[in-house]
Amino acid sequence: MAEHASWSLGAALRGVFGAKTIGEDTWEDLESALIRADFGPAVTEEVIEDLTAKVDRYRTTDPRDVQRMLRELIEERLAKYDPTLKLTERPAVVLVVGVNGVGKTTTIGKFARFLRNYDRTVLVGAADTFRAAAVDQLATWAERADAGIVRPEREGQDPASVAFQTVEQAKRDGIEIVIIDTAGRLHTKGGLMDELSKIKRVLEKQAPISEVLLVLDATTGQNGLAQAEAFIEHGGVTGLVLTKLDGSAKGGFVLAVQEKTGLPIKLIGQGEGIGDLTGFTPHVFAQQLVG
Amino acid sequence: MATFGNLSDRLAETFKNLRTKGKLSAADVDGTVREIRRALLDADVALDVVKQFTAHVRERALGDEVNRALNPAQQVVQIVNEELVAILGGEQRRLQFAKNPPTVIMLAGLQGAGKTTLAGKLAKWLVKDGHTPVLVAADLQRPNAVNQLQVVGGQAGVPVFAPEPGNGVGDPVKVAKDALKQAERAQHDVVIIDTAGRLGVDAEMMRQAADIRKATNPDEVLFVIDAMIGQDAVTTAKAFQDGVDFTGVVLSKLDGDARGGAALSVASVTGRPIIFASTGEGLDDFEPFHPDRMASRILDLGDILTLIEQAQQAFDEEEALKVAEKLATEQFTLEDFLAQMQQLRGAGSIKKMLGMLPGAGGMKQQLENFDEREIVRTEAIIQSMTPAERRNPKLLNGSRRLRIARGSGMTVTDVNQLVQRFEQAAKMMKTVARGGMPQVPGMGPIPGSGVGGGKRQATKGSKKKSGSRSGNPAKRAAENAAIASGGSPVGQRPAPAGSGFGLGGGAAKGAPNEEELAALQKFLGR
Repeated sequence: MAEHASWSLGAALRGVFGAKTIGEDTWEDLESALIRADFGPAVTEEVIEDLTAKVDRYRTTDPRDVQRMLRELIEERLAKYDPTLKLTERPAVVLVVGVNGVGKTTTIGKFARFLRNYDRTVLVGAADTFRAAAVDQLATWAERADAGIVRPEREGQDPASVAFQTVEQAKRDGIEIVIIDTAGRLHTKGGLMDELSKIKRVLEKQAPISEVLLVLDATTGQNGLAQAEAFIEHGGVTGLVLTKLDGSAKGGFVLAVQEKTGLPIKLIGQGEGIGDLTGFTPHVFAQQLVG
Repeated sequence: MATFGNLSDRLAETFKNLRTKGKLSAADVDGTVREIRRALLDADVALDVVKQFTAHVRERALGDEVNRALNPAQQVVQIVNEELVAILGGEQRRLQFAKNPPTVIMLAGLQGAGKTTLAGKLAKWLVKDGHTPVLVAADLQRPNAVNQLQVVGGQAGVPVFAPEPGNGVGDPVKVAKDALKQAERAQHDVVIIDTAGRLGVDAEMMRQAADIRKATNPDEVLFVIDAMIGQDAVTTAKAFQDGVDFTGVVLSKLDGDARGGAALSVASVTGRPIIFASTGEGLDDFEPFHPDRMASRILDLGDILTLIEQAQQAFDEEEALKVAEKLATEQFTLEDFLAQMQQLRGAGSIKKMLGMLPGAGGMKQQLENFDEREIVRTEAIIQSMTPAERRNPKLLNGSRRLRIARGSGMTVTDVNQLVQRFEQAAKMMKTVARGGMPQVPGMGPIPGSGVGGGKRQATKGSKKKSGSRSGNPAKRAAENAAIASGGSPVGQRPAPAGSGFGLGGGAAKGAPNEEELAALQKFLGR
């Protein structure tokens, strides 16, 4: 992980915490910085209120205390949830879901590599039978990651049946971890969300599902909350994956999503390379975010 | 999902509080502005844009124009609406074509914004307009992006120029350059270049985009941006403006429930107009962007104009005239009802159309529950009737109803309900056809119905230009508000729309009920 991650608020906050004393400006600038980082108005308000109360209680006037308090506050809030992936089942089935264009297929490629690095055998299932050339894209990633792939037998095959066959093959070949790619779907499309429920139902007949990962794009704003809610309802999401953190987006909305949904972030993606996927550590994340 | 109300809902809530006031005090305005600010931030409008926007609204709301107001809520709606339209680009802009073909259109944007899909949609749209576009696969970065474009091109029935296999192999600048030569040879009049997704902070990739631009000298560079993007929209848009200097914006994934923020931010920060909106996964889910309509949508005044246009496309003009005539002469039968319903289904998703009605924002939940199959069931019931019964529902006695219920797989109660609804709808439509003012739920009384009847073109203009010229400021304000609330355009085609929705609304239990719509009508100050 880079020393100065691009999603860090460090630069934006330098002015705030560099001041001599805490004044009206401190709070206003802090509020702006948090909102710009996609914390969302609600969380921003809470954070600011919390910090003002603390400053009052400890009677401090040093902005650097505020910085430390902010870091602790964020870390504390992030650490409320357990970010470990539970992959103890054999085979461990991981279903990857999300709206269109958040980077599901890419994430699967990286995740497969990540697991291969720990010498786990991986099989990916190309259950995105909807988008043009999605299967080929996944196949390319699977090859790079040195993982097996199960393709649909024919075009437009029912995604649930592809998922089923993937787990079936994994059981037969004794593969340890199965990752299922699904088509991107907007959370507002009832029919597509029902399809997701079906994939899940069908998979559960074969083996218990270890993780359902919802992939969220870091550039997504407050709509990410609505997305998460819908996917939790239909897909039974167990964890979040945050992608595209290498852009100019700040990671603020992580906090909002995690608090509103009660779901832990489990993985973060910070680049297009196959090795640019890491686990999530609240302490490190808070440190980098606040600087 | 009700916990996260969208922009329309939030603003509606704000204005509800204002409505009870007789006059605006400075404190009222401040309170409202704070709510607007919060609502806009929740909708992911960029902070700087929000600040600027609320400052304007505050200034105008405290200015002279409001002091004469009869209904402050209406005034604020109007101010906010005008400001929104101003930011969104005022007039609608069309695609610029080159004087000497081929016209070159380059697509750029972040990864996953929807460029490749959009290329297909744009191509198909151009073909419909009589152009002969070619798609160019210059995204050589993402695995199998070239394949995807080829598949999309196949679906749109448009040739794809893809000399390189992609997956990191090949030079996109050269591909783009060769594409122009190829287009001239093969006589394509539009060249659409699909480029790789890139981050605003990736200097090398931005330079590549700029190189493609330099090499092809495009007539339009379209920046494709996801409607769901958050505060980062501003940074990204600026980076692309500095990097490739786009000429227009395409808003993608507008069919989700995030719908406002990014559009406002990008238009405001870059000053570039939004030209198209992409509203679904099908290749036909694509439309020119209408700033005034978007503003109305944000303000929850409903996207009446789009709705009418879609309805007009689907309804056969002659058929509609025939129906209107039948209505007037009281010959409207279940057969016509059936025909209309089938036409309406041809217009696309009923849900989508209902969503465009004013006040629909408040009934999102009910819309979600609305079952399109309900229409199919209704069709089954009517189709189980004999022609004589369809023409004269009065024939339907108990045993006939039982037969129909069996034939359509429904219960007698369902049949009874349908007949009842049909009678209500027929009565309502009779009033309309005779030039009366029906209480069509949610549409408000229809001031222009007597004079309405212009063609589609006229409708477009009427929204802005037909504002009241009344000398009495209060009257003018009220009349303008009536226009803003979508009242007059509805008068154009009341009969078909009324009947379809009359049924749709009543058919599903979860569908919007009339009281709610009436309440909303009241809220709009009518």
